[in-house]
Amino acid sequence: MNIHEYQAKAVLKEFGAPVAEGVAIFSADEAEAAAKSLPGPLWVVKSQIHAGGRGKGKFKELPADAKGGVRLAFSLDEVTAHAKEMLGNTLVTKQTGDAGKVVNRLYIEDGADIERELYLSILVDRTVGRPAFVVSTEGGMDIEAVAEETPEKIITLPIDPDTGVTDDDVAKLCDALELDGVAREDGKTLFPILHKAFVEKDMALLEVNPLIVMKDGRLRVLDAKVSFDGNALFRHDDIMALRDETEEDAKEIEASKYDLAYVALDGDIGCMVNGAGLAMATMDIIKLYGAEPANFLDVGGGASKEKVTAAFKIITSDPNVKGILVNIFGGIMRCDVIAEGVIAAVQEVGLQVPLVVRLEGTNVELGKKIINESGLNVIAADDLDDAAQKIVKAVKGGA
Amino acid sequence: MSILVNKDTKIIVQGLTGKTGTFHTEQALEYYGTKMVAGVHPKKGGETWGSVEGSAQLPIFASVGDAKEATGADASVIYVPPAGAGAAIIEAIDAEIPFIVCITEGIPVADMVKVKRRLEKSNSRLLGPNCPGILTPEECKIGIMPGSIFKKGSVGVVSRSGTLTYEAVFQTSNAGLGQTTAVGIGGDPVKGTEFIDVLEMFLADDETQSIIMIGEIGGSAEEEAAQFIKDEAKKGRSKPMAGFIAGRTAPPGRTMGHAGAVISGGKGGAEDKIAAMEDAGIKVSPSPAKLGETLLEVLKG
Repeated sequence: MNIHEYQAKAVLKEFGAPVAEGVAIFSADEAEAAAKSLPGPLWVVKSQIHAGGRGKGKFKELPADAKGGVRLAFSLDEVTAHAKEMLGNTLVTKQTGDAGKVVNRLYIEDGADIERELYLSILVDRTVGRPAFVVSTEGGMDIEAVAEETPEKIITLPIDPDTGVTDDDVAKLCDALELDGVAREDGKTLFPILHKAFVEKDMALLEVNPLIVMKDGRLRVLDAKVSFDGNALFRHDDIMALRDETEEDAKEIEASKYDLAYVALDGDIGCMVNGAGLAMATMDIIKLYGAEPANFLDVGGGASKEKVTAAFKIITSDPNVKGILVNIFGGIMRCDVIAEGVIAAVQEVGLQVPLVVRLEGTNVELGKKIINESGLNVIAADDLDDAAQKIVKAVKGGA
Repeated sequence: MSILVNKDTKIIVQGLTGKTGTFHTEQALEYYGTKMVAGVHPKKGGETWGSVEGSAQLPIFASVGDAKEATGADASVIYVPPAGAGAAIIEAIDAEIPFIVCITEGIPVADMVKVKRRLEKSNSRLLGPNCPGILTPEECKIGIMPGSIFKKGSVGVVSRSGTLTYEAVFQTSNAGLGQTTAVGIGGDPVKGTEFIDVLEMFLADDETQSIIMIGEIGGSAEEEAAQFIKDEAKKGRSKPMAGFIAGRTAPPGRTMGHAGAVISGGKGGAEDKIAAMEDAGIKVSPSPAKLGETLLEVLKG
């Protein structure tokens, strides 16, 4: 689960990390009061969307030469003017795709005198199974570009979960970031704080880009991007409360209510599959036969008839879907349960597009019998290959 | 031969008394008499578990340690819900169970980081979590794989995905090849057994004459496995291999069901993995429906 920058900074502040003072606003009327509550004389007005590249992003509704999604303001009037121009408009960045994201929230922040911009993140390094710091002196820019062009400037340091961040780790991080004097002293407290926040809040990613050294030598978290391990949210009610559903696809929110793994895609063949690997493979094979999948959907191992019905409804609610492929290899999942769920869903919402069903595994004969006797216009498939070819043909033939 | 489990493997169940544990324990007992010997439940020690039909019974112990001492078990399978599964694995490690299989999906990564550290200091091997388990045809079934699709034979199957394991098994059974052992290593980013561990065992097993390896997007385990296969081939150790990578069409930055299946920071994409595997001499099937066919082609040379 992702949260906004201002929320991430509030979480980090709880742990004692140095962040600038700031106020989140939802309407331009609040801009002046928000700015007045901060020291000034420099303010930063930042769009709050769940995507990076905001500074270089462009607003769809504004002229091409208008400023981006992160702006400096040198007076209270300027803060308000920016707020009016940004709120309610659509920001398109490298990470949002062409559709962009509507800016519903702004963060007004106290400006900082920047001496140097650094990069720091923490994530779980899968090769060693431990949280690791990733740091670079090349902050404030796209870290993927740094990794591509100058990989030697990125340093990765895994942390032993038994010891936490040791003095030796701190020294290595300070050296890698070329910190000395006051900044080095700040680093000694900051690095353990960030690691503690990462572990205690079950973060999946904590990215500070940039971490800045200010003109007075102090360190400050200038930007913060935090996402959380979805599997650990059950033990963090405070984090769950930060969820912004306007940032998510409506179909994905509906799917999450039923504990279905669903990802909306751009194609026109809807898929319902059991198992994440098979669900991905089903998307791949649709593409292999010349069409595009409309979604990823894993109904999971222990799906009930109700869950299957919900899944089917979510797929059919996507107006782009011109055909549906149900692909089930029953292990825990019984084919008869899938068959009953599909029939119940079709009876409820109707079936306007071709439906191909491939069943294999536990109770397959019973499942096929239920489908055949239902009187529904279902195209049966023998195996995955056959199923993919049949649905692609049905969709392309009908176009 | 087979790897990791055979007809003599004695298994205890952590989380036996739940619905999932009960169902799959019944299935295992029915599968060539897999030696399920006991269950563990902290509050139900001394009670007896009975299958739904009532024909089978197993003693329940209050701890893994007690169960191991009483039964001489050498493996444990875990069906405990996600919030307590990490602690259940650690209990099995502390009881020095040699082989631990965790089926549970959805364990917090932070819990698995702790488990991984404990494993490093122990002699136990963990398979999973978030995996379908392991099955040696006609001998032993641990976990949730459907026994009916298996056939005793010569192919070793290793996979990050449960249902794609079934595809590989089904197709190699239909092709007349059968399997020595099928191993699901699981879809989580931090796990016990990796591809390399299983590949090493398959290379060393005389009866395993060919191998199917199924990976997916996310991480670099497939690339590391490919490098291992390449290095071993230079030492003269190699077996015919076919493979598949799921997620060619997955968009970057999105987690595709499995917690570990995500392309992040431009890394973990399918094409890099396929290239690394092909470079190591593994024939990668473009279609998940042609795993058996692809392996037969490799075997024909």
